[in-house]
Amino acid sequence: MKRMKLLSLQILVMLVFLAIWHVVTTTSLFGDVKTMQFFFSTPSAVLTRTFKQLTSGDIYYHLGIIWSKVALGFTLVFFIVFFNVYQGVREVSPTILSNARMLGMNERQLFKHVYWPSALTWMFSSLHTSVGFALVGAVVGEYLGSSAGLGYKIHEAESVFDVTGVFAGMLILAIFVIAIDSLVTVVEKRLLVWRPGQSSTTAT
Amino acid sequence: MELQDRPQAHAGTGAVSSDDPAVALGGIDITFHLADGGRYQAVKGIDLKVHPGEFVSIVGPTSCGKSTLLNAAAGLLAPSAGTVGIFDKPLSGLNRRAGYLFQQDALMPWKTALENVKVALEPMGVPEREADQRAREWLGRVGLRTFVDRYPHMLSGGQRKRVSLAQMLIRNPEILLMDEPFGPLDAQTRQIMGNLLLDLWSRDRKALMFVTHDLEEAIALSDRVVVMSAGPAAGIVADYKVDLPRPRDIADIRLEKAFHEIHRDIWASLRVEVQKAYAIGEGRELVGGDAS
Repeated sequence: MKRMKLLSLQILVMLVFLAIWHVVTTTSLFGDVKTMQFFFSTPSAVLTRTFKQLTSGDIYYHLGIIWSKVALGFTLVFFIVFFNVYQGVREVSPTILSNARMLGMNERQLFKHVYWPSALTWMFSSLHTSVGFALVGAVVGEYLGSSAGLGYKIHEAESVFDVTGVFAGMLILAIFVIAIDSLVTVVEKRLLVWRPGQSSTTAT
Repeated sequence: MELQDRPQAHAGTGAVSSDDPAVALGGIDITFHLADGGRYQAVKGIDLKVHPGEFVSIVGPTSCGKSTLLNAAAGLLAPSAGTVGIFDKPLSGLNRRAGYLFQQDALMPWKTALENVKVALEPMGVPEREADQRAREWLGRVGLRTFVDRYPHMLSGGQRKRVSLAQMLIRNPEILLMDEPFGPLDAQTRQIMGNLLLDLWSRDRKALMFVTHDLEEAIALSDRVVVMSAGPAAGIVADYKVDLPRPRDIADIRLEKAFHEIHRDIWASLRVEVQKAYAIGEGRELVGGDAS
């Protein structure tokens, strides 16, 4: 029930935002319609363009190109993840470690049963921010200089004053990042089932 | 305190005294190097023998070095001086013949109760299916048959202690070391856990060193109660035999006259140390800087 309420509020915020955008760009309340559309495009045009791009195959080529730059992105986030994993290994509770040692575990078993699961927790907590960073880093890289990719598409649209194209590109990037992030969440939920979450009760 | 520092030699209890002691601490000194460059001598000149089949409790004022002593017997801590003998062999490295029950939660939170118990058999090379079966058996023995698939955070404090107990005992260690294992539990749970421990222990009577600050618990459970002095440089001030009949129910035994007499005797010597510990209070670390 509470979740539904929250979700509908979120949708409401989005609708209000789109409505304001629409009113600003299609009526002359805030200025000349043509000028407004030149700077801000219109929500319907952006959505149509996004939909068109997502349904035509071309954009996937450009999204695919991203992976070559994700390597660049990962150099940006490598140290965030690395230090989190390092922290995870260091922050293993000394009691758990001593206990595992007293149970007779050797180094390999300690790694498997103690260090690795602990590091995994920390890795996933950083992976959420890191994945976003890596993708944005890649797009920025494309934007600055490349002949293909989403950043290139945005840059191209910008250079011909195609605001709709710019917004559509940004929207696609957002969708893409959300999709990847939810993939991380799914994997995380599978691997970290043991973590205490909110306790839930069932109605009878 | 200097006079009391000499521990009383104890011949062990009756029939088992002819065996090699399971744990023999001889002249143990343990000094810690502090981060600020100082030294803190936790325990000094400890002689203590624990024989197979003997349940020995160690009581003393807070932070007198009881746990430190236990860690030395477990091999988690190398003593600065003195010897640790395990069944007449000098101990080097971890004590492979001992099981250790910690005061804090020591279960792996990423493993279910069953996996936590099962994993204790992995270093021994027990095949997966047999390990699974034995772990279930042990969880049943500690009363958690229906909780095998729960993760530690879904269990209560007492239940987690039960899992830890099963995890320790499934390896069938010859020496059991327990560091205030029931400290964080509430009074009723402590009683239930105490009885469970006595029940499990009495089946095959291993040598057991039990550290606690609760004198009543110590008397109710053990054959011998060793009183340690206030730190720093804590030593053993007294060693009492508890001649109460077994099997015991630790709730009922507290009401018996013999229990009260023993309690009065031991408390007389423990009380002095407790008061000393309070008097030394905050400045303790600095006072300990001279020794060794």
